[in-house]
Amino acid sequence: MSVHRVMGLETEYGVLAPTMPGANATMLSAQVINSYAALVRAGHGAIAGTHWDYTDETPLNDARGFTVERAAADPSQLTDVEPELDAEAVALSGGDAVLGDTLYSREGTEPEVLMNMVLGNGARLYVDHAHPEYSSPETTNPFDAVLWDQAGDHVALAAMRRIATLAGVPDVHLYKNNTDNKSVSYGAHENYLMPRSVPFEKIAAGLIPFFVTRQIICASGRVGRGMLGSHPGFQVSARADFFEAQIGLETTIRRPIINTRDEPHAHWEKYRRLHVIIGDANLGQVSTLLRTGTTALVLSMIEAGTAPALELRDPVAALQAISHDPTLRATVELVDGRRLTALEIQEIYAEAAADHCGATDATDEATVEIQRRWEETLAQLGTDVFSAAATVDWVAKYKLMSSYAQRHQVDFTDTRIAAMDLQWADIRPEKGLYHRLAERGMMETLYSGAQIAHAAANPPEDTRAYFRGRVLNQYPEHVVAASWDSVSFAVPGARRLERISTLEPLRGTKALVGELLDRDLEIGEFIASLRS
Amino acid sequence: MTQEQHSGQRREETTAQDQDVVAAAGQDAGVDDLLDEIDGVLEQNAEEFVRGFVQKGGQ
Repeated sequence: MSVHRVMGLETEYGVLAPTMPGANATMLSAQVINSYAALVRAGHGAIAGTHWDYTDETPLNDARGFTVERAAADPSQLTDVEPELDAEAVALSGGDAVLGDTLYSREGTEPEVLMNMVLGNGARLYVDHAHPEYSSPETTNPFDAVLWDQAGDHVALAAMRRIATLAGVPDVHLYKNNTDNKSVSYGAHENYLMPRSVPFEKIAAGLIPFFVTRQIICASGRVGRGMLGSHPGFQVSARADFFEAQIGLETTIRRPIINTRDEPHAHWEKYRRLHVIIGDANLGQVSTLLRTGTTALVLSMIEAGTAPALELRDPVAALQAISHDPTLRATVELVDGRRLTALEIQEIYAEAAADHCGATDATDEATVEIQRRWEETLAQLGTDVFSAAATVDWVAKYKLMSSYAQRHQVDFTDTRIAAMDLQWADIRPEKGLYHRLAERGMMETLYSGAQIAHAAANPPEDTRAYFRGRVLNQYPEHVVAASWDSVSFAVPGARRLERISTLEPLRGTKALVGELLDRDLEIGEFIASLRS
Repeated sequence: MTQEQHSGQRREETTAQDQDVVAAAGQDAGVDDLLDEIDGVLEQNAEEFVRGFVQKGGQ
């Protein structure tokens, strides 16, 4: 029992070109990817981004044991093919010939628009539907998950800054949020590796009450209720109103609390990758830590069979009722007839985790800290919600807005409050309201800017991301494709590509391949040594 | 949950929120300074900014 397990976070950024309303979102997203590619190229000389290897993508496999037919799937579920920026998309981008020209003929050497990159820190940066997405490298604990998630914001900011230097190209602004408050939502997903031997029904049953209630310790807050934000008021979670089902395969329509996509990106018979779609994107480092850390503890309990046995009468309604009451007094009904608040349900989970950690002698530093923070946060929220403002994103946002509303004698229907909601998530330190608070020391942080910048360029050392990141940094001209579970090399004189499988997430670590990489062998020798 | 219950609940929440607005503002001595800065950082035309923030679907 501990918080240690393989995990990674995905962020889809909101993307906006303020001077070009209606600009094609896929085009703007591609510009972000290509801009970062240009920065990498400037630093490393050769690499223009590495192609994503789609061979092992299986987005239509359902963890409940079946596969959705391609023809029956929503087009947005077909994530195993390269998205195309076709002529129609270019035409639809309307009046941005300059933008198009820049993408297609940048420096006259890159005829191709990159839609995918693998980064030297082991992450994937790509165009997902109509958003730039950063998928963090695999890490082994919540603290590292936070650091390499923050590294994604660093990458996105660097890309955005570069676009701002290009003459004739409109600025692109990026937002780490989840909705435009006009019916559209985009995700911040979490991934946790689990043994396949744990039955999926058990995972779902143990997680649903936890996922419905964990928003109070780690969500990001939102102004407006309903998918359209048409009902006034502040709510706890940005995502809650976009969920309509308990369990399902989709991620863009009929969103389920438990997503069943069964695409382990690892040995299928040994692992499942729990794909969590119900979180809010966090600017705050501690909120990200609580989100991943407490989830890791609950997964450990589920695996050990010690998760609390709670069952909500109507999980989707409960999710929204809790989100709609930032005073945290709303109660939700269990099937046994009890009515509990989100705080009470979270306390039951936190106590069970403490008991289980005690019984299994889980005393490592990270696990102890997550438990302590979880209990402290619940105690703060139970005493005075605003006392958690330095660590819980929605509370910090709510407090700032409440103060603003009082100063200007306005209520939460005021347009300036709606603007603050969006600007909270602007990733620029000088404009983002979260960042303004953090700079004043009003948000607790775990990592310095220097540590985050280092993580943007270097992989974690204790997963296969280390191998992926290091070979990209060291042999950029020979890596022709990569995915979570393989890296393909072009070796001079070889008749075909050398595809190195990385199906075991805990191999390819510094301990296993660091020394070999440090020898800086010629590529052919390196591959031969790997194979021997 | 019936429509009636739903709207009843909403009224209750609005009241609770109004109270919190008052509570929040009285707490920090440095909050005025912060709000001065926020006023300077906020997008100039809030209405245009909010209206123009349109995204396409994601996951």
